[in-house]
Amino acid sequence: MNTLSNGIAGRVCIVTGGARGIGGAISTRLANDGAIVAVIGLPADRDRTESLRASLNGSAENVVFYEGDVGEYERCTKAIEAILQEHGRIDCLVNNAGITADHTARKMTIDEWNAVLQVNLSGPFFMIKAVLDAMVAQNYGRIVNISSVVGLSGNVGQANYAAAKAGLIGLTKTIALEVATKGVTCNAVAPGFIATEMVAAMPPAAIERAVASTPVQRLGQPSEIARTVRFLLDEEAGYINGAVFNVNGGWYM
Amino acid sequence: MFKGKVALVTGGTRGIGAAITTLLATEGAHVAAGYSRGKESAGMCQAKLASMGASVSVHQGRVDDPADCARVAQEVLDRFGRVDFLVNNAGITMDKTVRKMTAEDWQTVLSVNLSGAFHMTKALLEHMIERGSGRIVNISSVIGETGNVGQANYAASKAGLFGFSKSLALEMAQRGITVNCVAPGFIGTEMVEAIPKAALEKVIEKIPQRRLGRPEEVARVVRFLLEDDSSYITGAVYSVNGGLDM
Repeated sequence: MNTLSNGIAGRVCIVTGGARGIGGAISTRLANDGAIVAVIGLPADRDRTESLRASLNGSAENVVFYEGDVGEYERCTKAIEAILQEHGRIDCLVNNAGITADHTARKMTIDEWNAVLQVNLSGPFFMIKAVLDAMVAQNYGRIVNISSVVGLSGNVGQANYAAAKAGLIGLTKTIALEVATKGVTCNAVAPGFIATEMVAAMPPAAIERAVASTPVQRLGQPSEIARTVRFLLDEEAGYINGAVFNVNGGWYM
Repeated sequence: MFKGKVALVTGGTRGIGAAITTLLATEGAHVAAGYSRGKESAGMCQAKLASMGASVSVHQGRVDDPADCARVAQEVLDRFGRVDFLVNNAGITMDKTVRKMTAEDWQTVLSVNLSGAFHMTKALLEHMIERGSGRIVNISSVIGETGNVGQANYAASKAGLFGFSKSLALEMAQRGITVNCVAPGFIGTEMVEAIPKAALEKVIEKIPQRRLGRPEEVARVVRFLLEDDSSYITGAVYSVNGGLDM
């Protein structure tokens, strides 16, 4: 059987922040579909990746951990070099790593602003920059950036997060244009409120409000984002480029 | 994947619609493909798919006629017992600049492309509500986002579908029914091939990927939205345009 026959099997896929939350669901989905998943994460994510591997049925060996910090360009290139050396190619990049540091703008410190932009926006740029030559050289690549509904709507207390996630859409579209004739696509997925630790950290009343204001009246599941990412990473998704796929239960249209 | 499901695809025997019909039928759904004109191509489409072992029926009707929509919907429900998926794909063009476009050109395109989706949806909505589940995908167009010289009527109808879809998505959000749009760019179908060669070359130059899309590339996005697991996607517009409009 051709190992590339299901559109993702055998492909080398990087998932930043791929050890938990939405990223963990993406790693799980890709590994189960036969992809080789390189999780890039902070030192603490090494153990989390081990737990994730342990939860996989028969595809644990498909997941490999690489330490890296997307907020630092040199560490991105180092991780990419290691992955290229090990696997010989990089087919897919999922820029998922993200942080929050919520405060209203009046109370937000410059450090909080910078830290969130560094990880959530510069991080994807650094990672894309680090993989793009390899993708162009092989005339194939699929990049998916995990944005957020908040990047489209804004949100009280999230000026930094919303700016980063909106910026990510601009980055997505520009990369899409720059490599459109090189076999590389770049798209964004914009999740709504998803049941992850990040959302669980919100005050209970805020979560209730989020659910109540979502037309389908529930939080989304990480796996519901993962399947959309997987769809865009498919070999056959080559005509989808520069798109933003919303998965938000109707919260923002 | 869709074994036991029933889909109704308007304009489902040609172009993008035929690709949708083919994909859903090969995934195991029964597909009721609507057509208005072109009885011959409808018969050919059905015969071809039947020879592949797929379950397809064709139904003549006009989406711009509410009574026809109700009749076809009833026909499909009577014969196949249920409708899980409605794909409002039927569409026409009558291109002219606004200065030359007649009121009839305007009205005709709006009636088929926009009102047609409304009429067909009305004809199946109570059934879907009763069952507490359903998937509706409306085929819009990149032109609904960008506009296009000579397509005021088409662009208005396709942009109108966004508003229709989002409103219906809100109305149905707690009833297990999702409503989404797919917005194709320029796809290699008869409709696009009817564009004069020089104009078509200009179009392709403007597409960042420098090629037309294939009907199958649109069909697979429709299929994705129809899956049970897509229940958290509603009111969305998924573009498939090679980067033409972002």
